[in-house]
Amino acid sequence: MMETVVFIACAVICVTGALGVIIAKNPVHSALMLVATLFGVAVLFLAMDAQFLAAVQVIVYAGAIVVLFLFVIMLFGVYRSENLRVEPIAGQRPLAIAVGISTLALGIIIVAVATGGSPTGDSAVTAPALDSMTAHTQSATSVFSDNQSIGEEFLPNVRQLGRVIFTDYVWAFEITGILLTIAVVGAIALSRRAQRRRGEDEELDAGEASPAAGSSGGGSATGA
Amino acid sequence: MEVTTAWYLVLGGILFAIGAFGLLVRRNPLVMFMCIELMLNAVNLTFVAFGRELGDIGGQVSVFFVLVVAATEVVIGLAIVVAVMRRRPDATADDIAALRG
Repeated sequence: MMETVVFIACAVICVTGALGVIIAKNPVHSALMLVATLFGVAVLFLAMDAQFLAAVQVIVYAGAIVVLFLFVIMLFGVYRSENLRVEPIAGQRPLAIAVGISTLALGIIIVAVATGGSPTGDSAVTAPALDSMTAHTQSATSVFSDNQSIGEEFLPNVRQLGRVIFTDYVWAFEITGILLTIAVVGAIALSRRAQRRRGEDEELDAGEASPAAGSSGGGSATGA
Repeated sequence: MEVTTAWYLVLGGILFAIGAFGLLVRRNPLVMFMCIELMLNAVNLTFVAFGRELGDIGGQVSVFFVLVVAATEVVIGLAIVVAVMRRRPDATADDIAALRG
């Protein structure tokens, strides 16, 4: 009963926030609506016993990624609200609606078929199938981590996750570190190169007579 | 009324569809990135739901890696957006030719 209430409340928050992201004209409002959705998903993680991921979701997404979005919005687009009335490409909106609805329909059909025809999933067909799948997975896991999986069900979530990440998935974890390093270097390289070549850029802008003047770009570059 | 895995999957499907629709319709590159985040979150939800259904911690590990990749993607994407908007402050996603040379 409690989980039902939690799920419905979070689902309403998530869907409202998601609709707000795509409806709001001002990008700041979109970012704040995104925070609502992320919090809803974090609470759903908690309801599914994924405490570590809920914490990471709030810290990384709401704390870092959305703040990064807001920084960039504050740098460039605060007063620039998009005119949603005009359609840039003829027939884009109906096509997008068709794509969205067919994606949704596909997902729901898959769920409905997998749960034996009823979206509530009370069918007796799936239970043995899932049980056999679980058995396979557990046997596969126990082959990899031979004696560590004893009593893994009773470990707290964070310890369980950490043990798996640093044993079975340690190679992927190391590659993740390399990926993050590349991202940091790439971000710095992208922003520094524009600063160093500012003189050349202004010459280019003057030469090609683009509608965007180089003056505001130069101003923000010196400010940064 | 008990909450089953199917409920979480349907919610994930709804969030993914909304994100895909927004990604196709909006032209502000920042809002498009937010729609990508929505879609990634929908997939994360299904990962955790399946992980709980199957009793496998691998679903949560996948979500962990998806989070890292999402953060990386946002950093690089926003750096590109900043680099483009520095030269053309009113650029939209339709002006993608601005990335040339």
